Amino acid sequence: MIQVENLYKSFGDLEVLKEVDLEIEDGETIAIIGRSGSGKSVLMKHLVGLLKPDQGRVLVDDVDIGEIPYEELREIRQQFGVLFQGGALFDSMTSFENIAFPLEYFTTMSDDAIRDRVHECLDLVRLSDVGPKKPSELSGGMRKRVALARAIALEPRYMLYDEPTSGLDPETSNTIDELISQLSEELSVTSVVVTHDMHSVFSIADRAAFLHNCHLHWVGPVNDIHGQPDETLDRFVKANEYHVGDPLRATATQRGQP
Amino acid sequence: MHACPFSRDLTLNDPRPVADRLLAPFYTLGRYILLLTRAFTSLDEVRTYWGNLVTQMVRIGIDSLPITALAAAFSGAVLTVQTAYQLETSFIPNTIIGSIVVPSMMLELAAVITGFILAGRVGARIAAELGTMRVSEQIDALEAMGLNSISFLILPRVLAGIIMFPVLYVAACLIGIGGGVLIGSAGGFLSAQEFIDGARQFFKPFDPFFGLIKSFTFGFIITSVACYKGYYTSGGAEGVGDSTTEAAVQSCVFILIADLLLAVTLL
Ligand SMILES: Nc1ncnc2c1ncn2[C@@H]1O[C@H](COP(=O)(O)OP(=O)(O)OP(=O)(O)O)[C@@H](O)[C@H]1O
Ligand SMILES: [Mg+2]
Repeated sequence: MIQVENLYKSFGDLEVLKEVDLEIEDGETIAIIGRSGSGKSVLMKHLVGLLKPDQGRVLVDDVDIGEIPYEELREIRQQFGVLFQGGALFDSMTSFENIAFPLEYFTTMSDDAIRDRVHECLDLVRLSDVGPKKPSELSGGMRKRVALARAIALEPRYMLYDEPTSGLDPETSNTIDELISQLSEELSVTSVVVTHDMHSVFSIADRAAFLHNCHLHWVGPVNDIHGQPDETLDRFVKANEYHVGDPLRATATQRGQP
Repeated sequence: MHACPFSRDLTLNDPRPVADRLLAPFYTLGRYILLLTRAFTSLDEVRTYWGNLVTQMVRIGIDSLPITALAAAFSGAVLTVQTAYQLETSFIPNTIIGSIVVPSMMLELAAVITGFILAGRVGARIAAELGTMRVSEQIDALEAMGLNSISFLILPRVLAGIIMFPVLYVAACLIGIGGGVLIGSAGGFLSAQEFIDGARQFFKPFDPFFGLIKSFTFGFIITSVACYKGYYTSGGAEGVGDSTTEAAVQSCVFILIADLLLAVTLL
């Protein structure tokens, strides 16, 4: 379980997050939505202690990750898989080496076992043949997916995805959405998905948290998103739906709405 | 526990009060020392660093050999020609040239030339590499996996520096002296025998030892300053550019200071 308690964060004079409270239950998938620049990525980085709150705290399994020694924080972080917004692939390595990296450093797997696992992960993100390519030789969307493969390689308990489907075509987006759902169902991974894409939200998330004006404006089950009296949320959701007039994504929406 | 990676150091239109700005160099020094302490403590198994160390030793050492050799050969040759020129009119035996050139090479030139060239070549490279890793969140990715990014990135680089610089120094000495011998015999003003005799005559074992201490120190300065600049880069491509320049320029300045300090304390 991840708990965010009364979190404040600003960069210099720029206030980004104010009194954010959020509880993420084990096994659930929560979507963090909000406009560009609303602090979604900043909130996500707090969950693994990459940023320190100015005030408030973050608890992972009841441990305040701001208070513990660095060594213990590192152990907690090993239970997380993080997909960064820009992918954050190591550009000195090939895709294969990127995905093998966590396996080499955190497991005692044999080279053969590592190779198999890497190929398995590449298959999961539908990129079987990019292993030997460096990140600079990949498209943006491909980089994102290799990064996703790297994040899931160790089968972490917690997955944090920062815009996993942005920049992908609708069909690949659906594949990734399915992968995220599959991970959370089969391995009961607790997932935090930062996204702009309401269709993803409806198809994969149990709950959504809407960041607006530095605050966590609304948190609730995805099925309650429609028909809220909340005008700001309504506008955000509607704007998002008008933008995507794509039939493929529309199916995803329908699937998500019972 | 991390020093905040986002705060820029002293800039021209720094809004901080004067007292803070005066204290900034101490803040920087403190952060630098903390970073290095962190790099050499809380370590994982050796295998975590081994691969990186070998890569860095190749990059810093072997890949720098050609340019170091070139610079050493030329400065050895120039030093020999010029020493011969300065002594031309006097009735001093030719062997003196060797006994001037060789110690100069060993005491100062070989170490400082390697230092300066590598401040640009190695220092700038490390700062650019780590700076890019910082701004593209690769360092965050390492941390998020549960690796100690500081020791993972910095330890192999600094170690490679202090191991390979002395090696490069020895190479620079030998090649520099070789350059002197060659130009002397090619120009016909100094035979190899005279050169070597002169070098032997006043040879002090402390000279190469002192040079080794220097190169060790310079290796540490260049790699650690570059790691510091690179690791705490912020502000995108421009920030990487700033770090790269600062790493090269500041390590040159620190090399000069260290050179003087070592000469004053050890000679
Ligand atoms: N390291 C940083 N230093 C200074 N300001 C930052 C930093 N990181 C984020 N910010 C600021 O915090 C605010 C929120 O950024 P964040 O990246 O969380 O937005 P976001 O909600 O993820 O947006 P997007 O959907 O575009 O990715 C932005 O105004 C940004 O400028
Ligand atoms: Mg973001």
